[in-house]
Amino acid sequence: MRARLGWRLAPTPNPSLAGRGTRAPERLPSLFREGLVGASAASLLLLLAAPALAVLPSEQLSDPVLEARARDISRELRCVVCQNQSIDDSDAPLAHDLRVIVREQLRLGKSDEQAKQYLVSRYGTYVLLRPPLRPDTWLLWLGPFAALGLGGVGVFAYLRSRKGGAPVPLTDDEAARLDALIEQDSH
Amino acid sequence: MSRWLFVLPIVLFAGLIAAFGIGLTKDPSAIPSQLIDRPLPTFALPGLTADAPGLASHQLTGRPQLLNVFASWCAACPQEHPMLTRIAAEGITVNGIDWKDQPADGSAWLARLGNPYARVGSDPGARTGIDLGVTGVPETFVVDKRGRVRYKQIGPIDAEAWETVLKPMLAKLAAEA
Repeated sequence: MRARLGWRLAPTPNPSLAGRGTRAPERLPSLFREGLVGASAASLLLLLAAPALAVLPSEQLSDPVLEARARDISRELRCVVCQNQSIDDSDAPLAHDLRVIVREQLRLGKSDEQAKQYLVSRYGTYVLLRPPLRPDTWLLWLGPFAALGLGGVGVFAYLRSRKGGAPVPLTDDEAARLDALIEQDSH
Repeated sequence: MSRWLFVLPIVLFAGLIAAFGIGLTKDPSAIPSQLIDRPLPTFALPGLTADAPGLASHQLTGRPQLLNVFASWCAACPQEHPMLTRIAAEGITVNGIDWKDQPADGSAWLARLGNPYARVGSDPGARTGIDLGVTGVPETFVVDKRGRVRYKQIGPIDAEAWETVLKPMLAKLAAEA
């Protein structure tokens, strides 16, 4: 509360500006507008700026096609030191070594799959950010769908039980009581 | 039937909690080795100095021994070093690979702390370490008589790991045909 009051009190007109003739108050808003435009332009430019690359210029291949393939492969490989980054994103020294190896494999004429396999044979499928579909990863890949299906079945069963069957007709006894109540009410 | 359905979500939830609880006790940085029960990858590394012997994979046969990957820049290695000295004193052959390190730095490090290794190979380019699936230092491989990797210790060997895991394993491997 106190902070809000302070904010309100702060932008009191500067008395020294008031004495500067009539043009000053006009110029001020225009300066303010220019500042706003500049700030917006700067933020837009910031949006355009590319994020810093972990891939060093010295690592890159001169062949742009091979380099593009290397980048794609690197994005699929986990950095074994930092683990939640791909080697393409990581600044770790070991990630650098692995990027160099991927490029070396491509230069040797290996396919994308073979280049990945080179590291998988050393570090296991763990290095693949997209694990393969195998019996031991079925739970990982299919678990979410199984959970969704189970939830769907639950919701379906619940909705069906709430709707219930056809309304049960009143027994003679109940009908008689209802008639009596209506009779009572109308008087 | 309907009462059983009410209990089901609670049972499932308890199962999830148990699975996550077990997951929390595991070390995510411990990546299982691909080399278990497979021969060491072939390598022949130079020594740390011109006159020091290097280390080649074919030398790691004949008796069960340890292959320890270390570096002078490694923070946990000085902590592990006295343990390696003790293991070597107990008559176990300990081989070293100085990984992602300048040989001069590695040999200075050993000169300062003492050298428990029978042989040390220098791997500044990291390739042998990568062939071994090393993710960091220190890591230690237990190699059997036939040069096959039987176990990998990730992180420094402490007294407990030595007494309860590595020492019994080496004794068992020594008894193997």
